[in-house]
Amino acid sequence: MGIISRGFRGRPRDDHGRLPPGQYQVHDFPVLSAGPTPRIEQDRWEFAIDTEAGQTHRWSWQELMALPQESPTADIHCVTKWSKFDTTWQGVSLDVLFEDVETAAEYALVHSYGGYTTNLPLEDLLDGKAWICHRFDGEELEPQHGGPARLVVPHLYFWKSAKWVRGIRLLNEDWPGFWESAGYHNYGDPWREQRYEGD
Amino acid sequence: MIRWRRARLTAAREESPTARTLVFEVPDWPGHLAGQHVDVRLTAPDGYTAQRSYSLATPEGVELTVEGLPDGEVSSYLVDELTVGDEIELRGPVGGWFVWRPAVTTPVLLVAGGSGIVPLMAMIRARRLAGGDTPFHLVYSLREPARRYYAAELDAPDPWLTITWVHTRLAPHRRITKDDLPGPGPDVFVCGPTGFVEAAADLLLDVGHDSARIRTERFGG
Repeated sequence: MGIISRGFRGRPRDDHGRLPPGQYQVHDFPVLSAGPTPRIEQDRWEFAIDTEAGQTHRWSWQELMALPQESPTADIHCVTKWSKFDTTWQGVSLDVLFEDVETAAEYALVHSYGGYTTNLPLEDLLDGKAWICHRFDGEELEPQHGGPARLVVPHLYFWKSAKWVRGIRLLNEDWPGFWESAGYHNYGDPWREQRYEGD
Repeated sequence: MIRWRRARLTAAREESPTARTLVFEVPDWPGHLAGQHVDVRLTAPDGYTAQRSYSLATPEGVELTVEGLPDGEVSSYLVDELTVGDEIELRGPVGGWFVWRPAVTTPVLLVAGGSGIVPLMAMIRARRLAGGDTPFHLVYSLREPARRYYAAELDAPDPWLTITWVHTRLAPHRRITKDDLPGPGPDVFVCGPTGFVEAAADLLLDVGHDSARIRTERFGG
């Protein structure tokens, strides 16, 4: 335990074990990003998976909408300390998008309109753990929250859930993304409080 | 690993009616770049802890300016309770993106909304320390003059620093507009609440700035 802060009592503890260490609960939806919000029209939007063997699988907006849709509910945890419980999304599971993708790669580099990147092991995108989402809380996803579509990987800190997602490159070697190259943890498990490099 | 360090409050001053600047002594502080932040951790007697991030206000030493938020679990403690001689824990520096490096001599445009001035002030102070002739332009949007931070320094700006003030709660009420923003060329740093940063970044794109040269830092929640 750290040093006691004289006179500090803190908020009531009522999170029922849902808050990872160092997090606090919010009820709004803060926005964090490194630059201006890109605006991408749905009819110019596309999503692509590039394999390590050089194959590309592409989806237009209409093709994404025609795929089976899921409505995950998840607690999300931002590395800047806020957590938001029971967020509701709609989108397509990565399992669906990877159905016809042949790969032996272990790593994924997610990239976005506007140039953002983030990396994670491919297995963290599969088996019901990640979605390409285009609706939040029953509404079309707003640009400032990543619309038209963002990745949602709720079991990792939320910077891994790339806004304005454009595609995934599959790689045999791990390649650090934007924040991962700027002092943040390579994996980012909130329950192990992996905020910064070396945590 | 960025380890937790003990930080002892050695001085404090009112920065505005709602904000306080805190000067800490942190043994073996490794130094930092202007724009970086630290995580602060408070611990209650029952072991409960709370963490928040705060921008460093100076390029040297460990100095934070904290705006007391209504219902702010950590900020209200730092603004109202913490007394000179008290110790807290902090770790850092954190963040390798929203930083100004003195070796880069490109002109700089800083756009601050309210307490978003803090990391930008660290950049202004780093620029002062660095010398040279890099021009800085600060656009500082805030409710009213009495709320401004760092009044002594900003009321008599250095010759290389241009300041545009935008007062949003002073008649005539107004928001930041395109006319407040110089055109493309400088590296741009925008910091403030989300709504402000969104609006300012969109205006910067409207007046021709390259999105790749606009760095933003937002706070909220």
